[in-house]
Amino acid sequence: MAIQITKIFKKKKASILERWMQNQLAHVGLREDLISNDDLRADSSELIVTLLDTLNEKNLDDPDSSDFDPVVELLNSLSLSRARQGFSPRETGLFIIGLKEVLIGVLQEEIIDHKELADLSLKVHRLLDNFSISTFEAYIKGREEVILRQTDEIAEISTPVIRVWDGILALPIIGTLDSARTQVIMETLLTEIVESGSSIAILDISGVPTVDSLVAQHLLKTVSATRLMGAECIISGIRPEIAQTIVHLGIDLATIITKSTLASALQHAFKSLRLEVRQQRIDSVLSRVKPQ
Amino acid sequence: MITPVILLSKDNMTVLREQDVVPFRNRVKEYAIKIRMGLVNQTKLITAASELARNMLKYANGGIVSIETIARGRESGIRLTFKDEGPGIADVNLALKDGFSTGKSLGLGLPGARRLASEFEINSEIGKGTKVMIIKWANG
Repeated sequence: MAIQITKIFKKKKASILERWMQNQLAHVGLREDLISNDDLRADSSELIVTLLDTLNEKNLDDPDSSDFDPVVELLNSLSLSRARQGFSPRETGLFIIGLKEVLIGVLQEEIIDHKELADLSLKVHRLLDNFSISTFEAYIKGREEVILRQTDEIAEISTPVIRVWDGILALPIIGTLDSARTQVIMETLLTEIVESGSSIAILDISGVPTVDSLVAQHLLKTVSATRLMGAECIISGIRPEIAQTIVHLGIDLATIITKSTLASALQHAFKSLRLEVRQQRIDSVLSRVKPQ
Repeated sequence: MITPVILLSKDNMTVLREQDVVPFRNRVKEYAIKIRMGLVNQTKLITAASELARNMLKYANGGIVSIETIARGRESGIRLTFKDEGPGIADVNLALKDGFSTGKSLGLGLPGARRLASEFEINSEIGKGTKVMIIKWANG
């Protein structure tokens, strides 16, 4: 007579949950800072209920059966949310692996026949290993989403347009200039030119590690677009090694005003706006302090 | 007499996406720093590497680059070999001319990389792919 494995599990449902919770709570890696015991219990209980609802004698042999879709779905969402909360892969994996231990433990108590026990444990192992794998896949997907979101955030915060003076904008570029970033930079710069009514824009490339022909092409495009808007564009922050490389590459930047530092670019901008920055004369300061 | 080139270390890297270019450049930089290459030569090597990697991506959908540390006599250097299985280059001499491009770029990648490197070699076969080898000596 075949042993009704699902019956055993269903009968022992409460005890399985209790033991699993005990295991999890006793574990040294328990993250009480990230998840409360009540939430953990709710998650665990929901998983057991869903698993036992879908499990029957037939689909036990077939871990890929579509019957398990609700379980896999639940696990995936648990795993995704844990990845976002900052659980480590080990902690997330131990969650499902812990359940396997408890299930096998229950089988060991209920089934006396060795051959049957080995046979059934193997099936349970296979089924739960399959669940662990999909948990990991979901976990990695969760982490990738985090990375993608961060990439977007970096792209957004790394293109600030600064109004350094009335009519002068500065745009420090940090990192590599690819087509997508050039697009963002150009858009923010051009709208800012219109909004602020600036006539000079300084592009500072001190933070660009490598200037190859693609980066140069993107810079040239940005400069021509700025010119079309009626503003002048200065490129600053050209380091000595970058200058030598640009010459060897054969990139022609002769039509663009380039400066080695942001300060000299600002000076140039002041000059073309006929502004003057002067040090206050000391004797005039003194005379104001001590009137004679 | 030609002094033989000795291979000291070798590493392969695949460049298949735009995102692979930056890690690849960083890897080249690590190797250049290891052989104490000066900042200017480092920048030249990295820029040439960047040009060639981008070419490979743009025209051949990527390929494999081997990064090697080599020595010839007392000099040490970095040898990069870019191998792709793309369409190949119809006229290599034309492609090495400044300002020539079948894409919409400045047409400076290949000739620029040749000027930036100490030694440059290109082999291309239509329909089979292109192989570009550059060497930059630490003091060259």
